[in-house]
Amino acid sequence: MVSILPLKLTAATAHMRGKRLVGPVDFTLGSGGMTLVIGPNGAGKTTLLRLMHGLQRCSGGALIWAVPDVEARQSQAFVFQAPIMMRRRVIDSLAYPLRLRGMAKRAARGRAQECAQRFGLEDLLSSWAPMLSGGEKQKLSLARALIVEPEVLFLDEPCANLDGSATREIEAILLAAKAAGTRIVMSTHDMGQAKRLADDVIFMHKGLMHETGVAAEFFATPLTPEARAFIKGDIVE
Amino acid sequence: MAQGFLDAWALVFSFDVDLYEIIFLSLRVTISAVIIAALIGLPLGAWLAVNRFYLRRYVIAVLNALMGLPPVVVGLFVYMLLSRSGPLGGFGLLFSPGAMIIAQVIIITPLIASLSHQTIRDLWAEYHDLLISMNTTRAQRIMALLWDGRRALLTATLAGLGRAIGEVGAIMIVGGNIEHSTRVLTTAIALETGKGNFAFAMGLGLVLIALAIIINLMIHMIGKTERAGTW
Repeated sequence: MVSILPLKLTAATAHMRGKRLVGPVDFTLGSGGMTLVIGPNGAGKTTLLRLMHGLQRCSGGALIWAVPDVEARQSQAFVFQAPIMMRRRVIDSLAYPLRLRGMAKRAARGRAQECAQRFGLEDLLSSWAPMLSGGEKQKLSLARALIVEPEVLFLDEPCANLDGSATREIEAILLAAKAAGTRIVMSTHDMGQAKRLADDVIFMHKGLMHETGVAAEFFATPLTPEARAFIKGDIVE
Repeated sequence: MAQGFLDAWALVFSFDVDLYEIIFLSLRVTISAVIIAALIGLPLGAWLAVNRFYLRRYVIAVLNALMGLPPVVVGLFVYMLLSRSGPLGGFGLLFSPGAMIIAQVIIITPLIASLSHQTIRDLWAEYHDLLISMNTTRAQRIMALLWDGRRALLTATLAGLGRAIGEVGAIMIVGGNIEHSTRVLTTAIALETGKGNFAFAMGLGLVLIALAIIINLMIHMIGKTERAGTW
């Protein structure tokens, strides 16, 4: 199968109602590993992820995948900060992305059952998705995203509203997905989580990629005063 | 009054052939109209919720306004369409159950479409990012919204049923209230009241109310709404 990566952003910009949200951004997303997008509130983390995934229109510059956009869209998935639960049972929610890809109902439900077991959702298969707890909903979101085996997975602060044990479960799933070859791009507020998971870091500030690099180097020797302040836990304006 | 109720119940349980003919024709006309209107109105409501196009707001405003279509005017319009000199006169539908179904479809389709549009618009706001992210086609989005919103859409359809089953003005004009042919519960009630046969009219009224309640309950049971732990 042809890889959709690298993704090249050239002076990519996103505007909404005349206001610049992100950009111009120059960046290349290569294959392999986990990139954590960090930065203060309103820095443009979510918009950057949405821009890469195609949920936010690129108002300037270019955003080019290695394959045509139509093909690239088939090999990506997105997990939202507030899980969007379809009004279906867990098994049907999991089977839905497979059904969209033309898989027969019985086969899709079979795959959904296998997937639910991997994610610890097997006891919830017949539950209604909107009735699950916050942690269960986010696990279901993740399972629904990964069931199609995307090459690139975007996650927008998936653990923002979860407690410690749910966060640990999500992180374990993400590490397993990374080990299986999924390229992960995730935003987070949690510096501890960024240090635990990141291979690379993008530090966003005022809609710009203020600093990018290998996680260990970034956390050890941040280059800009804003990044230094953010890592220290100071208020960054 | 009390005697009227007693006579009405006696009539219902007498299994009068004429009465049951009227009941079955009422059911046939109403259910056919609701099915056709739902087949048009539900996808139309979903389509309007999902698509952005020039003059969309005005189309929705007109659709909402059409919810209050005066049935008598619809009856007159359908009458002119189907009368021998009208554009569809060749089909010979005037004063037939077919004409009554057409009139009812025109009356309740805007109601079903408008109510379903409001339901689906809210669901679309919730699902928008997810369905776009999943790279769904427009048809797949509409299908997902119709399926996941089915219980609320059932209510929209039942509102259409409620309006159709109690409709009298339009079907009186296009059906003609012909005995053994186009006489339904509502037109029969109007006729019997005019003749002073209050017991018979009351009996028909009780049957009409009972039918509306039974159909609603059956649809809710089939649709499995209002069960604990479901959406």
